[in-house]
Amino acid sequence: MDFFIQLFTDPVLFWNSHTLLISQIGINGIIATSMFLVLYSGQLSLAAPGFMAIGAYTSVLMELYWHTPLSVNIVAGTLLAAGGGVLVGLPVLRLRGVFLAIATIGFVEALRLGVILNVPITGEGLGLKHTADPLGGVPMILVSLVVVVFLVWRLTKGRLGSAWAAIRQDEIAALSQGISVARYKMIAFIFSALLAGYAGALEAHLTFIVSPGDEQYGVTRAVQVLTFAVLGGSGFVLGPVAGALIITLLPYIFLQAGPYLNVFSGVFLIAVIVFRPQGIVGRGGLAIVRPSWWPRARTRAPSPG
Amino acid sequence: MDQQIVNAIFIGSIYALFAVGYTLVFGILDILNLAHSAVFMLGAALTYSLVVNHGQSFWVACVLGIAASAFMGLVIEYVCLRPLRRRQAPPIAALISTIGLALIIVAVIEQGTQGSLFQWLWVDGANSVAFPAGTVPNPIWHVGDLTLEARKVAIIPITLALMLLLGYVMRYTQVGRGLRAVAENPRAARLMGLDVDRMIALTLVISSALGGLAGILFGVAIGDISPYIGRDNVEVRGLAVIVLGGMGSIPGAVAGGYLLGIVEVLALVTLGGSASGGVAFAALFLMLVLRPQGFFGTRLRERI
Repeated sequence: MDFFIQLFTDPVLFWNSHTLLISQIGINGIIATSMFLVLYSGQLSLAAPGFMAIGAYTSVLMELYWHTPLSVNIVAGTLLAAGGGVLVGLPVLRLRGVFLAIATIGFVEALRLGVILNVPITGEGLGLKHTADPLGGVPMILVSLVVVVFLVWRLTKGRLGSAWAAIRQDEIAALSQGISVARYKMIAFIFSALLAGYAGALEAHLTFIVSPGDEQYGVTRAVQVLTFAVLGGSGFVLGPVAGALIITLLPYIFLQAGPYLNVFSGVFLIAVIVFRPQGIVGRGGLAIVRPSWWPRARTRAPSPG
Repeated sequence: MDQQIVNAIFIGSIYALFAVGYTLVFGILDILNLAHSAVFMLGAALTYSLVVNHGQSFWVACVLGIAASAFMGLVIEYVCLRPLRRRQAPPIAALISTIGLALIIVAVIEQGTQGSLFQWLWVDGANSVAFPAGTVPNPIWHVGDLTLEARKVAIIPITLALMLLLGYVMRYTQVGRGLRAVAENPRAARLMGLDVDRMIALTLVISSALGGLAGILFGVAIGDISPYIGRDNVEVRGLAVIVLGGMGSIPGAVAGGYLLGIVEVLALVTLGGSASGGVAFAALFLMLVLRPQGFFGTRLRERI
C-alpha cells in the first residue's frame, strides 16, 4: 500500500524512485496500442513480441556497429519492424481468429528460437550489452505514448477506422460494401508492427542489455500483451492502455501477497474477465464507473473474437 | 539415428495424448483451453507427490492423479468457461480466463515447499524432480543397437489404445453422438433435447483427464517433473500439433503429435541442438500459411 500512498503524498519522490516502472508502463502502453490496432480491425495477431525484437535488436546493433545516434537507431528499428510487418502480413493475413493467433506465435518463436538464438551477431542466448544512455528518460516515453494514443484514436475516427470496424464486425458484409478487406487489414497490421517495433526499440534502451528471454520476446510476452488488450477492453484505444497500466502494476497491487502474487493475479484476471468480458474500459468508455444517468454512447463496438 | 527416431515416437505419443485434449475442446467449443498445459503439469506433480511424499503405490497415485486432473476439467468449465458463455462473451475472453487459471495452478505448485500452505500438494518448489528408480517396473530390452526402456515403450500402446477408445466413443456411442452434435451446432443440439452444458463439462473432464495422464507419462518416461513442464514442453507444441493435424480433428492430433516428434528429432540431427527449437515453430507457421486446414482437417470453410 505504501506504494500507492506515496503516489499521492509525495509524487516527486515517487516519480524519481520509480522511473524504470513508469517507463515500463509507458512502453507497455505503446505495445498495448499496437495490439489494439490489430484487434480493432478484427485480427487476433500475437506477433507484437516478434516486431519488438526486430526493433530492439536493430537499434542496439546499429549502435554497437555503426555508432549512429540513438534517434536514428530507433527510427531504423521502427521502420525495419514495419518492413517485417509487410513480410509476415502478406502470407498470414488470410488466416482468421485462432488460426492467425497461432501462426503469429509460430512467427514469434521461430524468430526468437530459430534466428536470434542462433545468429552470432545477436549475442545468441546471452543477449547484447550496450552503453547508450537510457533515452531522454521517462518524459520522452510518456510523450511518445500520448502521441501514439492520440494518433491511433484519430485513425479509428476516420475513414480507416470505419473500414476496420466494418471488417471486424462482418468481413463478408464489409467486402460486399466495396471495402478492400485485404488492404485495410494489411494497413492495420503494418501500423501495429511499426508501433511494436518502436516500443521494442525504446524498451531495449531502458536497460543496458537486450536478451532473448521468453518473457521478453516470446509467447509469454505475446500472451501478456493480449491480456493488456482483452482485460482493458479493445473497443476503445484507452482500454488496452488501461490494461497495460493495471497488468504492469499488478505486482504492486498485490504486494502483500508476496510469493503468492501469481495466485492473486490469476484470480484477478478471471474475476475481471468473468464479470466484464468486454474489458474494463468497455463500449464507449468506463462503463463501470459511469453513473447510470450518463448518456450512453451510441456506437456499439464489441471486442473481436 | 535409429535411437533418435524411436525417441521421437515416444515423445510424439505424449504430444499426441496432450494435443487430443486441446483439440477435443477446440473442436467442440472453438476455444483454446490454455489451462490444459497446467493440468498436464498438475497430473504429473500430484502423482509424484502421492508416491514420494504420501507413500502411495504408483498405481493408486496414477488413478488419483488422473481423477484430480479430470476434476480440474470441471473447475475450468465452471470457473472459466460457463460464466463467460452465460454472458455471451467473445471466445477471446475464454483465452484470458484459462490463462488466469493456469497462472494460479502453476503458482500454487511452485509455492509448495516444506512447511508452506501447499505442502500436502507438492514440496519441491520450483525444482525439477524425477520418480525414484523402481517406482514402475522398468525392464530394458536391446533390439539391434536400439535400447528400449519399458517405461517409454509403454507410452505407445497406452496412447494408441486410448485414442482408439476415444474414437470409438465419439463415433458409435450415444455420448459421442451428443458431443458431435454440440460441436456441429450447439443451438440445434439443445433443441434436440441435449443438455449442452453437461456435454461441455464432459468434454472438459475427458480432455483434462487425458492431459493429466499425458503429464504422468511424461514424468515417468522423461524423468522431469517441475511446475514448468507444461509451459516449457507442451503448451505451444500442443498448438503446433493440432495445427499440423487440423484443428479439432482427433486422428489429426495423433498424427500431428508423431509428426512433430519426428520433425523435431530430424531438426536436432541435421541442424544441431540450438537451431532445432525454432523448427517446430517454423513448421507451424509454414503449415498454417500453406495448408491451414492441416493434414486431416476438413471443416475449414466455416471455421477459418
